[in-house]
Amino acid sequence: MGTFNYNDTTLYNLRMLYEQLGYKRYKMSKFEEYDLYLEYKKFLSTENIITFTDLNGKLYALKPDITLSIAKNAKPGETQKLYYKENVYRASAETKEYKEITQLGLEYIGDIDPYTLGEVVLLAARSLHSISESYVLDISHMGLVSALLDEARLSDSRKEKLVSFLGKKDAHELRFSCEKYGVDSDVTERIVALCEIYGDFESTYGQIKTLATTPAMLEAVKELESVYTFLKASGEGAHINLDFSIVNDMSYYNGIIFRGYIESVPCSVLSGGRYDNLLVKLGKNCQAMGFAVYVDMLELYAKHEKEYDVDVMLCYDSSVTPVQIAEKASEYTAQGKSVKVMPYVPDGLKYKQLVKFSEEGESVSDGIS
Amino acid sequence: MEYLNIALPKGRLGERVYEMFEKIGYGCPAIREKNRSLIFENEENKVRYFWSKPSDVAIYVERGAADIGVVGKDILLEYEPDIYELLDMNTGKCRMCVAAKNTFRDNSEKTLRVATKFVNIARAHYDKKGRNIEICKLNGSIEIAPILGMTDVIVDIVETGTTLKENNLAVIETIVPISARLVANKASTKFKNEQIADIRRKLAEVIEND
Repeated sequence: MGTFNYNDTTLYNLRMLYEQLGYKRYKMSKFEEYDLYLEYKKFLSTENIITFTDLNGKLYALKPDITLSIAKNAKPGETQKLYYKENVYRASAETKEYKEITQLGLEYIGDIDPYTLGEVVLLAARSLHSISESYVLDISHMGLVSALLDEARLSDSRKEKLVSFLGKKDAHELRFSCEKYGVDSDVTERIVALCEIYGDFESTYGQIKTLATTPAMLEAVKELESVYTFLKASGEGAHINLDFSIVNDMSYYNGIIFRGYIESVPCSVLSGGRYDNLLVKLGKNCQAMGFAVYVDMLELYAKHEKEYDVDVMLCYDSSVTPVQIAEKASEYTAQGKSVKVMPYVPDGLKYKQLVKFSEEGESVSDGIS
Repeated sequence: MEYLNIALPKGRLGERVYEMFEKIGYGCPAIREKNRSLIFENEENKVRYFWSKPSDVAIYVERGAADIGVVGKDILLEYEPDIYELLDMNTGKCRMCVAAKNTFRDNSEKTLRVATKFVNIARAHYDKKGRNIEICKLNGSIEIAPILGMTDVIVDIVETGTTLKENNLAVIETIVPISARLVANKASTKFKNEQIADIRRKLAEVIEND
């Protein structure tokens, strides 16, 4: 336990998972007009976009994000279930380097009913499950968080501050700031309590029920429960945690949001939620939700099973013919072994067996480890 | 159960904090032995400690090499790592300050020259005021800069103020109070929640009773 494998079949399995439920692949171009990102900057997790001018002098960007492009093309009244596997481009603020990141994601655009809500969250959970047995899907509800923060009656900038402390689970600063801003003490206690909630759904659900007082909050709590019931019935209930420190930008996200982790990767590998507000901002009257899998993180932290470059290093000399060498090599490949065939042993190669092949026959020795 | 990796800052603060961990049953006797080991384990309570440069603790925690760690708020403000800040340890207390020579007069007609290790904190502080500044990044002995007239002021941590006083410098503004924080890697908090929650709860009790 604790490690997971990532290989060519990982992505294939995820795609099959989505296709089985009728999600269609959506292939897109690499470029987008820069204006789009300028306008919806806060929706992106990055501010560092790689731009260039086209031949007519128009400013374009290498896509830093796919969701925005899909949402832009949404047609109200039409339901779309799609997934994508694309490269996105970002500039790292820290190292000043350009990065190409593979992203696999799924989007649902159309009316969202309780079934659809459950289906998308379930697919997120199953995506994690297909990568590792040891995974966690944290769920939060923006409706609950923002309704509770609204009770504090603060300006947007102060509310944003509280949200950032919530995101760091910094109960101390949260309490301190609430007191500084003169927030009602009962509301302060409830905000701090929200921050401290963490754990599997069943043991924490009771706590959020006591925090919810207004109809909007009760509605949110009910939605969380209905999603959990759906996931539990599908066998993924044990991996679902409530965590209100997941904070996405409130002006775009509403409703259920979630983030996925698998053991031995130090950061989240999946993130998503409901983003009706983005579509409203794009002037479209429809609902949407989705998630993305951070394939680059999986690649980076996957355990590398292979301790050897090849099973067999087949080293030949000029006394044997090419046909003989090929026959010898296929003896090993027929056993399911990988064979590197060269007249000499390259520097730094790690192999299980060394086979020296000449007209006198073959001599087999163990590799260096 | 898997080991819980804990990063502590080298120096006085780290030692004080280690004693707190010892008090709540997460000690590691090997750490007291005088040798050149870099990493110390206690098989009984499954903890593994290592000392690191204070500014690196946040990096070890963010990247998951350490599940939890203790680091000053100054580092967290400067580097903004993507981690949880679980507890104010109520130790390592000091202030992030603007200091200058006793004779300093703020001439708002001119760009203010600022020497500091904490570039982001200094910039954010003066941006808020809309003051035009020029930052000179130094890595230590910041106090020398205004004495030699290289900069007008410094932005730095002040604990007792003795160094400042002895060099005819004085605090002219406090930016933010600083103390040590218990921090945790986000993913570790999911998979080692029991241990981390236990440590947090027990440390909170120790701090409360202090």
